[in-house]
Amino acid sequence: MSGTDKTPPTETEDKATEDRAPEAPEAPSRSHSLLREIASGNALAGVLAVVLAVAVGSLMIALTDEEVRETASYVFARPADFFNALWDAIWGAYTALFRGAVYNDRVDDFATQIRPLTETLKFAAPLIAAGLGVGLAFRAGMFNIGGRGQMLLAGAAAGWVAANVDLPTVVHLPLAIIAGMVAGALWAGIAGVLKARTGAHEVIVTIMLNYVGFYLVFFALSRQSLLQAPGSGNPKSAPAAETAVMPKILGDRFNLHLGFLLALVAVAIVWWLLNRATLGYRIRAVGENPHAARAAGIDVGRTYVVVMLIAGALVGLAGTNQVLGTVTSGVTVDLDAGIGFDAITVALLGRSRPLGILLAGLLFGAFKAGGFAMQASEGIPVDIVLVVQSLIVLFIAAPPLVRAIFRLPAKEAK
Amino acid sequence: MKLVLRNITKRFGSLVANDRISLEVAPGEVHCLLGENGAGKSTLMNVLYGLYKADEGEIELDGKVQHFTGPGDAMAAGIGMVHQHFMLIPVFTVAENVMLGNESTGFAGTLDIDAARERVREISERFGFHVDPDALVEELPVGVQQRVEIIKALSRDAEVLVFDEPTAVLTPQETDELMEIMRQLKEAGKAIVFITHKLREVREVADRITVIRLGKVVGEADPKASNAELASMMVGRPVELVVHKDAPQLGEDAFVVKDLRVRDALGHVHLDGISFTIKAGEVLCVAGVQGNGQTELTEAILGLQEHVEGSVTLDGKELVGRSVRQVLDAGVGFIPEDRQADGLVGGFTIAENLMLNRSFRSPFARRGSLRIAELDEFAKTKLEEYDVRAPDIYTHAGKLSGGNQQKVVVARELSRDLRLLVAAQPTRGVDVGSIEFIHKQVIATRDSGVPVLVVSTELDEVVALADRIMVLYRGQVVGIVPGDTPRETLGLMMTGERPKDVVA
Repeated sequence: MSGTDKTPPTETEDKATEDRAPEAPEAPSRSHSLLREIASGNALAGVLAVVLAVAVGSLMIALTDEEVRETASYVFARPADFFNALWDAIWGAYTALFRGAVYNDRVDDFATQIRPLTETLKFAAPLIAAGLGVGLAFRAGMFNIGGRGQMLLAGAAAGWVAANVDLPTVVHLPLAIIAGMVAGALWAGIAGVLKARTGAHEVIVTIMLNYVGFYLVFFALSRQSLLQAPGSGNPKSAPAAETAVMPKILGDRFNLHLGFLLALVAVAIVWWLLNRATLGYRIRAVGENPHAARAAGIDVGRTYVVVMLIAGALVGLAGTNQVLGTVTSGVTVDLDAGIGFDAITVALLGRSRPLGILLAGLLFGAFKAGGFAMQASEGIPVDIVLVVQSLIVLFIAAPPLVRAIFRLPAKEAK
Repeated sequence: MKLVLRNITKRFGSLVANDRISLEVAPGEVHCLLGENGAGKSTLMNVLYGLYKADEGEIELDGKVQHFTGPGDAMAAGIGMVHQHFMLIPVFTVAENVMLGNESTGFAGTLDIDAARERVREISERFGFHVDPDALVEELPVGVQQRVEIIKALSRDAEVLVFDEPTAVLTPQETDELMEIMRQLKEAGKAIVFITHKLREVREVADRITVIRLGKVVGEADPKASNAELASMMVGRPVELVVHKDAPQLGEDAFVVKDLRVRDALGHVHLDGISFTIKAGEVLCVAGVQGNGQTELTEAILGLQEHVEGSVTLDGKELVGRSVRQVLDAGVGFIPEDRQADGLVGGFTIAENLMLNRSFRSPFARRGSLRIAELDEFAKTKLEEYDVRAPDIYTHAGKLSGGNQQKVVVARELSRDLRLLVAAQPTRGVDVGSIEFIHKQVIATRDSGVPVLVVSTELDEVVALADRIMVLYRGQVVGIVPGDTPRETLGLMMTGERPKDVVA
């Protein structure tokens, strides 16, 4: 192209003026641009955030370790003891984590050796599905904090179909899954409709819907006429019928079930949606610049509703995964197991990209699987893993901090 | 204070934004830095102001070499900058803004606001600024806000004042006042650097002119040089400042607006029953000072306004009450006045932006899927055809210069089958070369038999493009006059007065 040689100065100067002159549209822009910054930070930032969090986690492991503290009292007399203890504590913790999450070299038969990996995948499945739900909403410029409520409603609906309908597997299981996804979609859709029609902020609405959903499901689980298992006094539903349980995909020796494959399918579908579908194109346009989208004839309100429906269905898939795959003994209000909120972290770490979310979901699944092993073998509280997860969010939300720590160049022309 | 920049070079990666630029400004002198958007003017000034560090070269003040590490150093050394986008805090008063960053404090760190107030008053009186130190900045007109910026610089004893594209946001009258202020500052012995790409202003105040193109000094120009000479130095080739157009080939009354009324959510009336007609093959320019209903007019046509009464018909079809998408599908091309807010998605590539209003069906969509190959092909063609200066079609629109961004918008709108073109401020913030190009495109659209509505606050543009001119004032039509109406008459009409010989 004839103009290439003339482009460079154009670009640089424009960056300069751009930085001084954010000509963004009015009010919602601040939280909006923050969201965009968080959702679209580069991959390196995510990796570095994980590295930093693990480093800080190491510090905490060291601080809580008995032997480290003991040797620290005579560190000047015998420094070697201290550093050995330090090394043992940290190395021990992370190898235990690895053994619990990926590959256990301390047992003999292969199946038991790779069992941790299948556990990781099992834990990762709902995180990936729900992470996609949150990430998709991010791409449309919306914070979906309602993962918990959406999972609960989805779990309740799927659980009801699983326990109360009598059908052959080929129909029953898909029906239960679809019921769950539809319930999740409708629950999230409320927030979408309210935002489109009245401008109600989806953060407030989805957070509140978490409470409404929680008590609604709790109420239903406490009524014989609704969800409670017949003859039971506990707020718990009847177990899922055999015909509605997700089959184990690696045989009965492993807990890994169909849910993981469904999560992978969801990744593929969301990838196609965002990168190849016109609907996804419009979702991204609305997320990047709703004003321009509107002026180009895109119905912004309708897009919000559609996005929340799809997001809710994805989070709903995570809910059904729990009820029909992981814990099939009956629905309780604990079914979300924190996944609804962890999904936000997963979406952030995955930069709202389907493949990123897949990787982030696997990492968090590994944390979950490995955390227990770490506690069991090394006596390190599982909370350390939670701290590491939280630190990852913290570091992702503070790009300048990460840049400063790793002495990365600031964004040009600042 | 005499400012000398010597062989300043600034690179961004492999890009050389400033290539050995030298500049000299003496006290009592206005030195114009003239160049297109993206020529490297702002980069140079950011180097001077300590925001960037030059890779090579020196800054000298009164013979002493300076090493600025930040704007603080530059300010302390006596350099004041008036930015294009004001660095003011809207909810603070003038005095509070002026003292910000340079607070004089009394006992136990209490702010000495009285001293600041006094300082504002003193400077304001000395130069005749008429600025009230206790006024809230957000309540001041743009022109006065700019004076607050100038006071801010002067209150720190700036001897070298840099004005970075100061007139971009001003009305013609405010621009005249600013020119007057610059002359006064010059007489008070300040050294002034005036960055601009507007030729008329340069010729009015400049003592010396340095022209920059593509990061290099092209040469010095004589302040008495003609507009055409300056423009061709700036662009690097002869530029036609006048749009050559033939007499319009008028068709039928294709676009008819009748009794259009637009209110906002609070019930304020922005357009009060306006009526006009545009024939096929005709350009109607809407002139007027910003904020007299022009924005509402274009938005009402597009379906972006909520409370619209009256009738807008295109080829006999009613547009009022239809959705934006339906209006666009009816063949309306729209170049919005704020391209960054309404015209482009900054985070999208050029290619993606080119299909922004065509995401529903062919040629770029089929059964819900994007047709990426077709889009890329189309984008490549348009990049060439509209001379968009970008590395490739995957460049993000937000990274382009203003002129190139606008070309992307124009390319998108003009490549559809148009029945009407609505262009709001089509060349605002666009460099001379691109203005020429965009104007030619608008006229070409007219000549293909499409009615064109152009909204502009620049009289130059109105006069250059219009077959007829409609002047708006406070939401009403002052009059619709022929395209060759003298500027004085138009200027008068823009204040709401209707000259005797003009019929509404």
